[in-house]
Amino acid sequence: MSATFVLDASFAALTLALAAYTILARDTFAAVVAFISYGLLLALVWVRLSAVDVALTEAAIGSGVTGALLIGAAARVGDGDASAPPGLKPLEKLVCALLCAAVSAGIAVAVLSLPAQAPTLAPLALEQLPATGLGNAVTGVLLAYRAIDTLLEAVVLVLALIGIWSFARDDHWGGRPEAPSMPEPNGALILLAQLLAPLGIIVGAHLVWAGATEPGGAFQGATILAAVWILVMVAGMIDAPPTGRRWLRFALVGGPALFLVIGVAGFVVAGAFLAYPEGYAKPLILIIEVALTLSIAIALGLLALGAPARREKP
Amino acid sequence: MTLAIDLFSVLCISGGIFFFLAGAVALLRFPDTLTRLHALTKADNLGLGLVVLGLLPQAANLLAALKLCLVWVVLQLAGTTLSQLISRVAKDKARQG
Repeated sequence: MSATFVLDASFAALTLALAAYTILARDTFAAVVAFISYGLLLALVWVRLSAVDVALTEAAIGSGVTGALLIGAAARVGDGDASAPPGLKPLEKLVCALLCAAVSAGIAVAVLSLPAQAPTLAPLALEQLPATGLGNAVTGVLLAYRAIDTLLEAVVLVLALIGIWSFARDDHWGGRPEAPSMPEPNGALILLAQLLAPLGIIVGAHLVWAGATEPGGAFQGATILAAVWILVMVAGMIDAPPTGRRWLRFALVGGPALFLVIGVAGFVVAGAFLAYPEGYAKPLILIIEVALTLSIAIALGLLALGAPARREKP
Repeated sequence: MTLAIDLFSVLCISGGIFFFLAGAVALLRFPDTLTRLHALTKADNLGLGLVVLGLLPQAANLLAALKLCLVWVVLQLAGTTLSQLISRVAKDKARQG
């Protein structure tokens, strides 16, 4: 039994234990904290599986952004009826449990019946990679081979934001979300924001730029930029933006819109939707990445802020 | 020479793990928020500091070593600020009784 096996086995056991705790915890806040730890642990698991890109995304979005959203939700909802959804009879609970167990068993059977040498498109993807001018196969898959998935992901974020905004009262529409800052300014937090903001902007931009050749990319970089934005707002150095501002909405849809425009242009210049003309793949992908980063960062920040809750001064 | 460097790394990282373990045990055993915070800061400062110190000679190049130091500094900053915030909330709650 080698040391790495012990390490992997303890990762697996810890991940399962934390997942179980997240579901079983009666206290909403404890469940959220467990979920965040679960996300970080899962990121380590991805690193062990040599999927550094996925690990970065899991840590940044799965654990970081989702964690922040869940903490906000937990603070608003409280412990209320979290433990028992109203009106669910024991028989219904049993049916739910059985259905969940059946799904899990189905996935287990599917995974266990895979051939020892799992079917893979990886060699084919690596073979074609030079044509895109990229060095990171994951970015190649995300923005060249399966660009439509990435486009839809970016659009989904905007749709989710519209969903949240629709909770606003009519007279608050277009106004600012609730101030995320602390009731009174805190010197330590302001210092942290002042020190971390420049660093975060550099790291975020670096992740996007490095994404072409190394692990990184638009989503990971954007998450860090959004985190910096939220930190500066929580420290009370800037206020939440008015959601009705034109520049904000343009920046929000700019990334997906540019992606769509370049994708449709692919019909004309390269013969297919989302196809890039030969030789221009890398510059086009980089332009899309930069625009997407800005849009995703703004979308994530606004998602964390919540629905507009203040009337915008005329 | 490599043996000496490896030994240094193992010693430092073991020391770091000890402080993390001590911090975790203290977090579970100490009676209130402020003493628990006190225990956590030791794990952050010394624990991570020693782990980074042990990893420095193993770093592939200067850039990687600098990144390791940066991780330590940033975590120090975040940890210190969080301790401040949590202790203020704890103090306010204690005052309100």
